Amino acid sequence: MIKHLRFPQLSWRFIPVWQRNYLVWKKLAIPSILGNLADPMLYMLGLGFGLGSLLPDVGGMPYLNFLAAGTVAYSTMNAATFEVLYSSFSRMHVQRTWDAILNAPMTLDDVMLGELTWATSKSLLSGVAILAVIWGLGLFGNFWMTLWIIPVVALVGFCFGGMGLVMNAVSPSYDFFLYYFTLVITPMVLLCGVFFPVSQLPPLLQSVSAWLPLSHAIDLARPLVVGRMPDSVALHVTALLIYGSLGYVIALALTRKRLLK
Amino acid sequence: MLKVRGLTKKYGDTEVVRGLDLSVRRGECFGLLGPNGAGKTTTLRLLLGLTEPDSGSIEIAGIAVPQQARAARMKVGIVPQMDNLDPDFSVRENLLAYGRYFGMSRAAVTARVPMLLDFAGLASKADAQITQLSGGMKRRLTLARALVHDPDILFLDEPTTGLDPQARHLIWQGLRRLIAEGKTIVLTTHFMDEAERLADRLAILDHGRMVVEGAPRALIEAHIEPAVVEVFGDGLANWTRTHAATLCLRHETVGETLFCYTGTPDSVIDALKRVPALRYIHRPSNLEDVFLKLTGRDLRD
Repeated sequence: MIKHLRFPQLSWRFIPVWQRNYLVWKKLAIPSILGNLADPMLYMLGLGFGLGSLLPDVGGMPYLNFLAAGTVAYSTMNAATFEVLYSSFSRMHVQRTWDAILNAPMTLDDVMLGELTWATSKSLLSGVAILAVIWGLGLFGNFWMTLWIIPVVALVGFCFGGMGLVMNAVSPSYDFFLYYFTLVITPMVLLCGVFFPVSQLPPLLQSVSAWLPLSHAIDLARPLVVGRMPDSVALHVTALLIYGSLGYVIALALTRKRLLK
Repeated sequence: MLKVRGLTKKYGDTEVVRGLDLSVRRGECFGLLGPNGAGKTTTLRLLLGLTEPDSGSIEIAGIAVPQQARAARMKVGIVPQMDNLDPDFSVRENLLAYGRYFGMSRAAVTARVPMLLDFAGLASKADAQITQLSGGMKRRLTLARALVHDPDILFLDEPTTGLDPQARHLIWQGLRRLIAEGKTIVLTTHFMDEAERLADRLAILDHGRMVVEGAPRALIEAHIEPAVVEVFGDGLANWTRTHAATLCLRHETVGETLFCYTGTPDSVIDALKRVPALRYIHRPSNLEDVFLKLTGRDLRD
């Protein structure tokens, strides 16, 4: 892999790749949005109202509001992850769409940047859809403050898109992705404060949690939902950018090894 | 149009391409033949800059590959071995999307689409989904897709493998049209008749090296006697022992068949007519005889 590691050559040529994915998505946009939205909404409303009615305030707010902020980050993470795992894998490995594109004057850097920006776009959409529900149910503190959630979900999409592309690069089949969900995504959902405050965890797990990208996402999203500026914005933004960029660079090297040997 | 000098490529310890020299003139159709594993597909990947050579140089239309692979690929159209049309798009959308990958404006691609659909004989299928196309239609669309940016040179990797005879003839017709228009074509194939039909010149590769190069007719004349009589049936071993050496210029037995290479097939046939148990096929020698003579009859996997 080291041999294939190099600084990505970014160019605007990624746009036709993004556009390809967009045009395909547009054909089935409505079912796709509903599908993306249904799962997080059921969790949020089911647990929020059901479990929430049994609970006192959590983290200083009603449980539904607490959960809504977690859901923004977590559904954004899922949208990007599913896109670069299952959908990108179909395009790379099953349909050989990447091969066809690489026969044109495109580099792997372009193709994967197109995939990453597309995953980011999809998670932006998913995050904004949840945000719309938050607006609709009045689960926010300050409307103008919640607008900052839009760039945050884009950043979260970029982060998990980049990380997921690494899995895409090394996977022999769809089944392999289960490991990523079982070993990375699910633990992250439980450790990073989606359903309950991280302060409820034992100290050791709290310190693990602090390093996980979803924690940074939630540390940005939750205060914004409540209506105040998050603490350590620079730290969280930098962490998400680093996870996403490192993922992209490593994924690029691994995919180069896989496709261009 | 295409110049390759001393090209080598190793995968681990295996040398897949060993010191290959090629040169293809503008407007020429050049065939690359060879058994499985001879290095044909790897050579094509090297020509596109999709993999880096260990040594040697490649020039396409004066542009160095892989150093300027991007610029070179603007001049090249590719028909890959495995269909990789975009199944999420219709026939027309496939062409539009592919044009965008070449940086073409929507107007520029749209203007070419009717001509390309017509070339592929798919004008009535413009809005069909890829899954609704037959194998032959898919190949024709892949060929049309390779022409979307009006390239000077086309690389075709086994363009008719898996097609029925009707579909193959349609592809050949299309390729002849392109040759007539002055496109340069580099073609790999397993079908000797395909190479004999289309190629002005061809090279036979084996174990990553060029074994021979030349025009199909010239190669046949240089390497094989003018006629072949294939003999099979009961009593073949006996007949071979008594007659083959005197009647054939050269002969070999492969499985249950005797290949008798000769300049005077009539005398062989006269002799065979006296042995009713033996059956025979008399035919002019062809490229396949050259191919098998030079690369051997062993099975390659």
